[in-house]
Amino acid sequence: MSSVRLLVGTHKGAFILTSDGKRKDWKVEGPFFGGWEIYHLKGSPVDPNRIYASQTSGWFGQTIQRSNDGGATWAPVGNKFAYQGTPGTHQWYDGTPHPWEFKRVWHLEPSLADPDTVFAGVEDAALFKSTDGGASWSELAGLRGHGSGPHWMPGAGGMCLHTIILDPQDPGRIYIAISAAGAFRTDDAGQTWKPINKGLKSNTIPAQEAEVGHCVHHVAMHRDRPGVLFMQKHWDIMRSDNAGESWNEVSGNLPTDFGFVIDVHAHEPDTLYVVPITSDSLHYPPEGKLRVYRSKTGGNEWEPLTKGLPQGDCYVNVLRDAMSVDSLDQCGVYFGTTGGQVYASADAGDNWAPIVRDLPAVLSVEAQTLA
Amino acid sequence: MIRVVLPYHLRNLAQVGSEVELELAGPATVRTVIDALEARYPMLQGAIRDHYTGQRRPFLRFFACEEDLSHDSPDAPLPEPVVQGREPLLIIGAIAGG
Repeated sequence: MSSVRLLVGTHKGAFILTSDGKRKDWKVEGPFFGGWEIYHLKGSPVDPNRIYASQTSGWFGQTIQRSNDGGATWAPVGNKFAYQGTPGTHQWYDGTPHPWEFKRVWHLEPSLADPDTVFAGVEDAALFKSTDGGASWSELAGLRGHGSGPHWMPGAGGMCLHTIILDPQDPGRIYIAISAAGAFRTDDAGQTWKPINKGLKSNTIPAQEAEVGHCVHHVAMHRDRPGVLFMQKHWDIMRSDNAGESWNEVSGNLPTDFGFVIDVHAHEPDTLYVVPITSDSLHYPPEGKLRVYRSKTGGNEWEPLTKGLPQGDCYVNVLRDAMSVDSLDQCGVYFGTTGGQVYASADAGDNWAPIVRDLPAVLSVEAQTLA
Repeated sequence: MIRVVLPYHLRNLAQVGSEVELELAGPATVRTVIDALEARYPMLQGAIRDHYTGQRRPFLRFFACEEDLSHDSPDAPLPEPVVQGREPLLIIGAIAGG
């Protein structure tokens, strides 16, 4: 019988939540790496027991942990993230040039074909790749070197490369997103990159439709339709039907189009999920009601999903990597909050229940569907 | 024999107890002690000092014999009680954050 494993990264350690295919009763294990910030964990699609974790600390720097047995045991692997060549500068908050400095790994994206190959999105923004199971890392420097890098600037959370999407139909195509530079695409496995931000409008930058400078919060794609992308920008839900060449707003009837997460149903490429957050000044749900919004039309038309979610006095946030879906026949949807709750829906969002309520602030949730 | 006391999180990372004992072939300095520590426990590389500059990470301190050695040259000889193993070299995580 199939089962589900959730990999949950928090401000104070990692947790692994497991359930059978009914997804009603859950086993909670952890904390792993207690006291450390675990920005992200993700398993290999070709070997789900191979899991990578980003363990980081303001005191002790970056560690990458690897498990070969589904999270039962872990071992630190390589943590040298050296920018290629002379790192150069990006813009600092005050507009002055600031040297590129490695701070932490925000997102780990294992290869779709090889469990020893994994990509890492880091702060200050860059993309690294390992082909030896995380033992060593090399920068795909064409991203920083494509020309606009000196104009990138950090968002409030830092200048992070937080989203990596591998095209399942084209091994050379990778999408990434950076706060606050925007989205970028390579079609040659990372040698050259282009900004893909046409159609984005941001009133937080001087030229609202600039090529770079947009605060993209997250991007999602359905694996059966890799040319169609959905984006939660700082403000605005955006859609691209041409691999990012242009974008159109599909915020529609959402109560607010500010937010961080966005995800796509495992079997319905036009069914989307977002969690609206009041504003960039008020990082909690409108009216204290935690509502997931679902669109079954690829955007524009949204319905609130509230059954089982707190509909009063709720002032948590849901961060950009903290939503995931499983691929069981009845798609499961999961998200974690800064209040330490992890919510699950075993019926594509119609009904929700907390798996666990009192974890540290949740930074990331990744669902693994196990045979 | 040099005794080194690690902060809690680095003990867990290296999977060691509260104190590590190291044998040094040459002079005992902060640099040579950490070189030996990192050689035995590679997972500590980058966790105490920067991989590339060799600089102490900002929120860590080196104490010994009730003295703060953090701003001394990393090549300065360690105090004699540390060299003789009577006192440990303390690697301390700053009190900061929540």
